[in-house]
Amino acid sequence: MTNLAIAAEGLRKSYGEKVVLDGVDIAVPEGTVFALLGPNGAGKTTAVKILSTLLSAGPASGGIRVGGHDLAADPQAVRAAIGVTGQFSAVDGLITGEENMRLMADLHHLSHGEGQRIIAELLERFDLVEAAAKPASTYSGGMKRRLDIAMTLVGSPRIIFLDEPTTGLDPRSRHNMWQIIRELVAGGVTVFLTTQYLEEADELADRIAVLNDGKIVAEGTAAELKRLIPGGHVRLRFTDPAGYQSAAAALPDAARDDESLSLQILSDGSQRELRAVLDLLDSAGVEADELTVHTPDLDDVFFALTAKIEETVR
Amino acid sequence: MSTLSLAVRDSSTMLRRNLLHARRYPSLTLNLLLTPIMLLLLFVYIFGDTLGAGLGGGRAEYIAYLVPGLLLMTIGSTVIGTAVSVSTDMTEGIIARFRTMAIHRGSVLVGHVIGSVLQSVASVVLVGAVGVAIGFRSTDATVLDWLAAFGLLVLFALALTWIAVGMGLISPSAEAASNNAMPLILLPLLSSAFVPVDKMPGWFQPIAEYQPFTPAIETLRGLLLGTEIGHNGWLAVAWCVGLAILGYFWATAKFNNDPK
Ligand SMILES: Nc1ncnc2c1ncn2[C@@H]1O[C@H](COP(=O)(O)OP(=O)(O)OP(=O)(O)O)[C@@H](O)[C@H]1O
Ligand SMILES: [Mg+2]
Repeated sequence: MTNLAIAAEGLRKSYGEKVVLDGVDIAVPEGTVFALLGPNGAGKTTAVKILSTLLSAGPASGGIRVGGHDLAADPQAVRAAIGVTGQFSAVDGLITGEENMRLMADLHHLSHGEGQRIIAELLERFDLVEAAAKPASTYSGGMKRRLDIAMTLVGSPRIIFLDEPTTGLDPRSRHNMWQIIRELVAGGVTVFLTTQYLEEADELADRIAVLNDGKIVAEGTAAELKRLIPGGHVRLRFTDPAGYQSAAAALPDAARDDESLSLQILSDGSQRELRAVLDLLDSAGVEADELTVHTPDLDDVFFALTAKIEETVR
Repeated sequence: MSTLSLAVRDSSTMLRRNLLHARRYPSLTLNLLLTPIMLLLLFVYIFGDTLGAGLGGGRAEYIAYLVPGLLLMTIGSTVIGTAVSVSTDMTEGIIARFRTMAIHRGSVLVGHVIGSVLQSVASVVLVGAVGVAIGFRSTDATVLDWLAAFGLLVLFALALTWIAVGMGLISPSAEAASNNAMPLILLPLLSSAFVPVDKMPGWFQPIAEYQPFTPAIETLRGLLLGTEIGHNGWLAVAWCVGLAILGYFWATAKFNNDPK
């Protein structure tokens, strides 16, 4: 069994009467990516803040270990092992990008030369060389985000927390960020990320936990989560009502939508099941104007899980 | 690395950051210098003759009387800027980042405090230079007196700075911070800075007497002008040490609380 980089049992936190985290268990093996998904207000940021020593956990919480250190007993050792990029910009706006990086190098007690080398490399990697001499307050949102993450990497942390790392980034920057996260993981770094983008969790995460209302409602690999949702479907659309009618007759199991002249057939989207549908259409002598295969994605999982909760609450 | 060398190293990094802020945005510090300089000119050139006559002399005597108090008032004014910059700093995300790093915890505040004391000294030198330009001269002050005066100014700045840092930490915004720190510039108006305590109405004298500015001003006057210091020296040091310790514990406790 591999070692756990992050292990938390029964994580709890309340603000007054309001319960924000209600017994959350988290186990992240070393060198893997863990994604925490959840709607606004689910408690993602609160979980990151507690695991990164910024907030104290609620009194009824179980043990928390990060990087092999007990968070309550030795927070300073935890801090030495982690790097954190919070949801909101954590750069010093009054000084330049490069001075921000220098500040991090000094606080990590790097020698001048080593600091210089790492700063130059990170500025290059995050496409900030040109902006390096400008005050960080003049950066665009995406540039600030990149500086933020570059600052987190100065100390070469073994465990990285990223609270919505790509929110506000354009598609190209987002893909760059994914690439950087993959490189980090290839170097053995453990990544704990939160995101609103299910695609992002799907792309990056080894394990995904869905947080809703302070509780984890589902956890597993992307594939395991998708299996929680009953299969996908094939959708056929017609423009000719006669064709639609004969196709409907050939496919009695299909759900009909007479309005839009479309049929929906349950299917896992496999080649075999698709061919069966096409064969039936061929023998009926009709041709669909449009055929789409819909496999369940994490969005479906997300909506299904969070909607189910809302229903039981009601 | 030992705890002490870690503390020194991180605090000096934080100090460098604060000095960089002060150098990039000098307008706040310079604005705060306006109050003491305006009061100095106003009281010397408009009220100076009358107030000097009340002291049994003229404008020249009043300049001598006024400058020590205004030097200490300059410190009160400078540390209002400290309260403001601490409170704005705490709303910056970078502080949250510092809290998740394995750095010396106190270094964030120590950086602010040392930066503020240095700024206070620079401000005092500037206001002092204006004083000298309009005719202030210290009379028969020895090198030792000058050193003691300097030490008093630094100690006073340290004490007010820790209090101001605490005020900055409890203030949710820059405006709130400057309001909360207002007493630090009002107190000298209620002290012996402008008129001697025994010339004030009887009911008001305790207010002027039992506050940190009056003994500090009397001590500075004694050191620079050779007037009687008496028990004011010890009182001033006691006030400074007391306020510094109080401010230190208050500020560090506030800083170590969970961030809002
Ligand atoms: N300091 C606080 N005092 C009171 N309530 C708070 C505080 N911080 C957070 N909360 C509440 O805790 C809940 C969870 O907040 P949190 O920021 O962890 O959510 P999140 O999942 O990160 O949401 P988002 O996707 O919007 O970032 C919210 O209902 C929020 O109002
Ligand atoms: Mg959040």
